[in-house]
Order: sequence, then C-alpha cells, then structure tokens
Amino acid sequence: MDKNITPAHPQASDARPVLEGPDIARVLTRIAHEIVERAKGADDVVLLGIPTRGVFLAQRLAAKLEQITDRGVPVGSLDITMYRDDLRMHPPRALARTEIPGDGIDGRLVVLVDDVLFSGRTIRAALDALNDIGRPRAVQLAVLVDRGHRELPIRADYVGKNLPTSLRETVKVQLAEEDGRDTVLLGAKPAAQ
Amino acid sequence: MSKILIRGAKVLGGAPQDVLIDGGTIAEVGEDLSAEGAQVVEADGKVLLPGLVDLHTHLREPGREDSETVLTGTRAAASGGYTAVFAMANTFPVADTAGVVEQVWRLGQEHGYCDVQPIGAVTVGLEGKKLAELGAMHESAAGVTVFSDDGKCVDDAVIMRRALEYVKAFGGVVAQHAQEPRLTEGAQMNEGVVSAELGLGGWPAVAEESIIARDVLLADHVGSRVHICHLSTAGSVEIVRWAKSRGIQVTAEVTPHHLLLTDELVRTYNPVYKVNPPLRTERDVLALREALADGTIDIVATDHAPHPHEDKDCEWAAAAMGMVGLETALSVVQETMVDTGLLDWAGVADRMSFKPARIGQATGHGRPVSAGEPANLTLVDTEYRGQVDPAGFASRSRNTPYQGRELPGRVTHTWLRGKATLVDGKLT
Amino acid sequence: MQRHLISAADLTRDDAVHILDTAEEMARVADRPIKKLPTLRGRTIVNLFFEDSTRTRISFEAAEKRLSADVINFSAKGSSVSKGESLKDTAQTLEAMGVDAVVIRHGASGAPYRLANSGWIDAAVINAGDGTHQHPTQALLDAFTMRRRLIGRDAGLGQDLSGKRITVVGDVLHSRVARSNVDLLHTLGAEVTLVAPPTLVPVGVDSWPCAVSYDLDSTLPKSDAVMMLRVQRERMNAAFFPTEREYSRRYGLDGDRMARLPEHAIVMHPGPMVRGMEITAEVADSDRCTAVEQVANGVSIRMAVLYLLLGGNEPAVTHSRTEEK
Repeated sequence: MDKNITPAHPQASDARPVLEGPDIARVLTRIAHEIVERAKGADDVVLLGIPTRGVFLAQRLAAKLEQITDRGVPVGSLDITMYRDDLRMHPPRALARTEIPGDGIDGRLVVLVDDVLFSGRTIRAALDALNDIGRPRAVQLAVLVDRGHRELPIRADYVGKNLPTSLRETVKVQLAEEDGRDTVLLGAKPAAQ
Repeated sequence: MSKILIRGAKVLGGAPQDVLIDGGTIAEVGEDLSAEGAQVVEADGKVLLPGLVDLHTHLREPGREDSETVLTGTRAAASGGYTAVFAMANTFPVADTAGVVEQVWRLGQEHGYCDVQPIGAVTVGLEGKKLAELGAMHESAAGVTVFSDDGKCVDDAVIMRRALEYVKAFGGVVAQHAQEPRLTEGAQMNEGVVSAELGLGGWPAVAEESIIARDVLLADHVGSRVHICHLSTAGSVEIVRWAKSRGIQVTAEVTPHHLLLTDELVRTYNPVYKVNPPLRTERDVLALREALADGTIDIVATDHAPHPHEDKDCEWAAAAMGMVGLETALSVVQETMVDTGLLDWAGVADRMSFKPARIGQATGHGRPVSAGEPANLTLVDTEYRGQVDPAGFASRSRNTPYQGRELPGRVTHTWLRGKATLVDGKLT
Repeated sequence: MQRHLISAADLTRDDAVHILDTAEEMARVADRPIKKLPTLRGRTIVNLFFEDSTRTRISFEAAEKRLSADVINFSAKGSSVSKGESLKDTAQTLEAMGVDAVVIRHGASGAPYRLANSGWIDAAVINAGDGTHQHPTQALLDAFTMRRRLIGRDAGLGQDLSGKRITVVGDVLHSRVARSNVDLLHTLGAEVTLVAPPTLVPVGVDSWPCAVSYDLDSTLPKSDAVMMLRVQRERMNAAFFPTEREYSRRYGLDGDRMARLPEHAIVMHPGPMVRGMEITAEVADSDRCTAVEQVANGVSIRMAVLYLLLGGNEPAVTHSRTEEK
C-alpha cells in the first residue's frame, strides 16, 4: 500500500478483518502455483519484496516455491524510498535495506512482491529502482491485496484478493513477522485526517 | 533661554529639589524656587546628575567619517547625557600632532553639542616606536592632557617608561591600552572555555594583566600616574587593587559592555559582540562590578567605537572590533550597578562625571550640582524601561550589542553650560 | 527545526545513529553497477570552498552527483572573493541562481554558522570545515568507520559507540576534526582521550567531555581506536614543539607503538597524512590503518547527510543545541 496516503493505524474498533491467517496462507500458496505455471517452472525467478511487509511475503512465497519446485528460489528486498515521487512532500524517511541476491537480476524474471496495490506509485518507483540495479528478462508483480484506485497504468500479475474499497477506507496488512499475527483489516479513515 | 528652572529633580538621587539655571551657571539649588522669568522643566522625580564625561570615545573624524563624525558623535554623546568626551587618537591621520588635535577640538567647539577634548597619540602613528610631540599637543589650543595609543598597546617598556616620565612636565597622563601583542596574535575572543569550543583564537587575560602589572610598576618607579583603559579581567582588578594599596598613582576605567556582557554571546558568531578587549567571563563581570563599586576601578568609560554596517555584517574573523556605547552607557550602568544595589546615583555621578573629569582635567566638567557651578547637567528618567532600538541612535553607526535588549533608564535632558542639547529625549 | 549541519554538537544521539544507518544503506549503492540515485534530482548544491581542500570537495561532489543533484563548484581562489567580495555577497549571488544548499569550507571559524543564521540566504548550509571550529561530516565518517570496524556493518545498525575507547592524538588546538570528534563521539557514548603536548591543547579543554593525557604510551593499550591528527610542520616555528624529531618520538605512531594497541584496535587518520611526522609509513600502510576506508566512507556519510537534509520537504535531522536564542 502507499504508505504516504494511508494513515498510521485504523482504529481497532472500526476495522474489520477481510482476510485471516489461513486465508493469507491459502492465497500465497495459490500465487506460488501461478508463478510456477506462468514462469514455466520458475527456474529463473527472483523474488524481490518491497519493504517492509512485501519482504516477508516474498520470503513466504519463496518457501512455498521451494516446496513446489524442490529448488531454492533467490529472494531479496528492494527499497524504493529514494525513488519515490513524493519525497518533497514529507521529511526524508528512514531507508530500508535493498538486498539483491548474489547472482543479480540480469536476464532473470523478477517478481516484485508487495502487500497492497493502491495508486501504483510504489511500483513505479520500484521499476525505476530495478533499472539502476540491472536488466531483468521480465518483471512481474505479486500483491496480497489489490484495493483499486490506480493513478498509473500499472496492474498486478498475481493478486491474492481483489478488494473494492472507498477512498475513505484504509487497508492494513498485518503479518506475524512484524505485527505478531496475520490479518488484513479494512477500516474507516479516522475523521481527524 | 537665560533662566531654566528644573523642578522636583532628585539631585544625585537625593530628595527632590529645584535647580535654577541662569545663563551658563547654576544659580540656585533648593526647595520651592521661584519660576519667575524661567522656563520650567518638570523633572517629576527624575534624577539629576552632573553632565557625564567620557574619557574614551572614538569619534572617527578625521578619516572614517563613514562611521562617525565629530558632529554625529557629539550628538550621540548629548543623547546619552554626556557634556564632555575625550576623543581617541586613532584617526586617519593619527592625532599625533598639534594640527590634528586642534582640528578635532575646533569641530567640537563649532557643533556645540558636547565638549570634545582630543587625546593625543603617545607615539608617532601609534606605531609604538617614537614618542609623538606630546608637549606640542599639550600647548596647542586643544590643550591635550591625556595621551594614548588606544587600539594599540605601548608595549615597548622603554617607550612606556619615557612617556610616563615625559608627561610629568605638564601634568599629563598616559592611558594604556593593555594588550601584550605577542600573546594576542590572531586573537578573536577571550581565551577560555568558549574559545576552545568555538575554535576562535584566544585573547588571554594574562595579555592584559601582564601589561598592567608592568605599567603600575613602571609608574611607581618613575613616580608618574598611569591610567588603564577598558580594564576587563578579574586579574587586572587584583593588580590595580594591589597597586593602589601600595600608593601607586594608577586609575582605571571599565566599559559598560564589560559590566554586562560575557563571552557566552560569542557563540552566536555575531560580530556585534566582537570588541577589544574581548567580552570576558561572568566571573570577570562580577569582579569588575565589585571593583567599580569599591573604587578600585575609578570610572566608567564607553570605548564608543562606531563601525559601518558592512564591517559587522560579515564573518567573525573579518569583522571590526568595537561597539557603540554613548547612548546606552548610563542605562547599562543603572542595570548593572544601581539596580543591583552596588552603587547609588551619587556613586554613578562620581564614576561617570566627577572622576573622569578629574583624571582628564576637563575644566568645568564633573562639578557638583550646586550654585555657582557650570550648568552641565543631565536629567534621567530612572523609572523608564524599554528595548534598545538602534534605529533611533544619533550616532552614525548602529553596532550596538544591546539591540532589542530591555534596559532601564533614559536620559531626557542634557544641558551644556546652560544650553539644552537634549530636551524630552530629542536633540536640539 | 535545524535545517543546517554546522556542528557535530548539534546532533543528538538518535540523529547521529540515524545518519550512520542511512549511510550504511548509501554505501551499498557504491556496490551497484549504476552508482546513482534520483533522490536529489532538480536540486542545486553549491560547493563553496574558500580554502583549498581537494579531498573534501571531491567527496561532497561525488555524494551530490550520486544523488543526482546539480553541482556548482565555487572556489574562492581567483574569484571575486579574492578581490574583496564578502562572504555575504558571494552567498547572495549564489542564492540568486537558485541554490538549494551551500556546502561551505571557510578558513574563519563560525563562517558557516554566520551564513546559516544571519538571514543572508535561505539555502541549507552544510559545514565542510570552518577554521579551527568544526568539521561535522568528518566526525560522522570517522564514527561510521569505527562502528563498522569495531561492531560490524550489520551488527552496528541502530547502535552507537557506547563504551568504545577512542584516543585522538596530535594538534588538538588547531584541529576542527578533534573538536567535532569529541562532540560526536561523546554523544555516541564513546570515551575519548586526547593526547598531545600541552602546547597543542586549548586552554578551556577541561570543559570538554573527554580526558586529556600527555602520555601516548600509557594510553594506547586502553584504546579501541587511535586517531592520528595531522601536525603541520610550521607549528614548530611558532614554538609549539621544539623539533619534528622530538614530536615524532613523543607523539608519533610507529610500528612499536602500534604493537601496544589491543589486537582489535584500529588506526585512523583524517588525511592528508604527514608520513614521518605523526605516523610512520609502516603504520600508514598496515591493515589496521583505515585512512583509505575513511575516504570511501566519507562519500556514504555525505550522501546520508544530503539526503536527510534535502531529500524531503523539511530536514529529518532535528535537534540543535546551538540554535540562536
């Protein structure tokens, strides 16, 4: 999700879960199978998660791909902070880690992984960042939730759940690695904002 | 303007009295004096002091008329309650000949805001090598009695000794700018905690104290009197105190800014705080106040040092040293000495009028406020408090360290031999 | 809100760690085929150098270019400055050209502070060394080097230098590097000891948050890092010490002295080194000497500082202890 648009945390009271732990596991398994299918075995796939939660999703996907293909899948992270188009609208953010697997991305199929697809601006920045790192054979996008409201001509190749939302709503993904539990919450934007 | 009645003035801070001026002289001091034929000034509890005398003023003319002239400087003096100022010799050309000192003296006479008594240079061109014609300057129309290379120290011990001896012939006094030059090469501020942190070249207290120590011993040896300009350190106070206890003929001055400001202000790197000698520490400030109160330091002198804006609107190292002071001196003294209980108004009159006039032999100034004396007077609204606004200065320069600072006291009237130079805070 | 970087003393512990962490990420850009980020695209930075310092200027320039800023180099030599134009006029001229930040090196202590606080210009000011006052990015790159070597690249993230014993040796009196390092290392929790002949220690040093020793040999075994400061030969003429030989013998770092350091300790030098004076070639060229690494780290640190001051709509580095009252 675009961290700049979504406010901090929806009120626990008015946020309702739209995906629970088992649902998340199930959709990740499905996405893993789709990747293997479309990439014809996934032998040149590199998974790059977009910090913070995209990285955990990428690691989970990598584990599932390994189960399916019996082969290790390179997984890394791609911080897009320095490529954002809204840098001048906020104080500078702390940088997250960019970790490109040892063999690089040249000639590989890079699957970008993020938690929520919203305006598409994060993915635009990710594509720019990739450009400075190498030249993949192709780039695909996997997201846990697509909540619509695109502002750029970008679409996901793999979607866990299409979630029609209003702009007055917030979507919050929580993952065990960061938040202690797996869930996707849909809530109302606090009135103050 | 022949008669002026100042009604209800606290003369030297005492009980309210009336003071009648007739012509250039104080005619009568008493209660309920008749106002007949006199213009009345309602003092309304303000404090009446003898006109202030500044033994240390830089009027900049000739040579640096962009920063001050005799006219603007004496107008500033009148605004600050002064009726006599001693003009330092570091002009261009240097006041080291009878010609230059007479020129400055005449300009003061012509403008009429304040008596200007030129100070003659001790050495030719302030270079510290060859005695200037001290006798000729004394014999000139200007009648110079105070000699100083201020801005530079007479650091050569032999030259200093000779000068001290030589001026005895006509009762002159040498005013020393005490600064050991080798110890202050590249000096930018007081050497201490703050200079260590700011990385600015240090001006150690010992550079002042060592010269004062030498000079009081020299004065003792040759039986002369010596005056110490802008004494700035606690150690200097100790030396002068010791010298006086030994009966050595030494007098000393302190500037208003050294009574109030410390080197902590240099942390702003704002050159408005750059001055020579530099602002010292709080310990020094307290020692100076105490010394002024107990008489170890004889007088307050402004070291009024005007500089054009561009000489201060720059980086610290490139900036000129000095602060204007004539128009804020009395307020700073009230703040630091009177409102703190260290001096009463009689004490202020002593330190800012009686004694400086005596040291500089300024005839007709620094006299008691009593019948028959010259009507050199200044009236101070001591209840006033307000922020210093340099835009209102009569001085041509604005390099005051007090901009925006709230200070007490305001001079409302100044009379020079019965002629009002300042009325209700406005120059005439 | 502090928009400038004037003094290492202005940085809080969290600010400093944030800069070091950011620099760690910036350092990784250097390992990429394209060593460039678009972050400061469209921002103009002027490197305003009133003093010659090729290495600092080049380091800033590399950092600025890696962040895609437009760079103007202004050297005071041969310019209108040498013809008497003031710092104020020079700065205002540059700002009229639309400069977003001024990286300034100046021989006068306080010139960057003055530039930042006098109301002459609106641009952010970064101090690249002023007189004998401060050189904050040098202190940051030194701390970065120490954290990497003494704690580790990844292990160091989020960490300060608590408990590390740092010895700074040489001409402390004339050194902006020493002042900046004492401030920053103290903020980061390190224990700093200055070692110098008494003539090269400023009066007033007792108020600094560090220890002072005149004896190098007894300090070395208790040091995790020893930083050798350059000692200019001309100091000898001003009687700060009798001869070069005597200085080297008492305060120079040679192989024998290096052997007194603990196994893990590193030798640092901000450069340029005066070999044979404060450091022997044997030490300078040893694996324990980080001088070359410090140069590389300098680019990462300056990228981090530029990003954090200029990357957003307001600076990410906040607190200031020396703001105008």
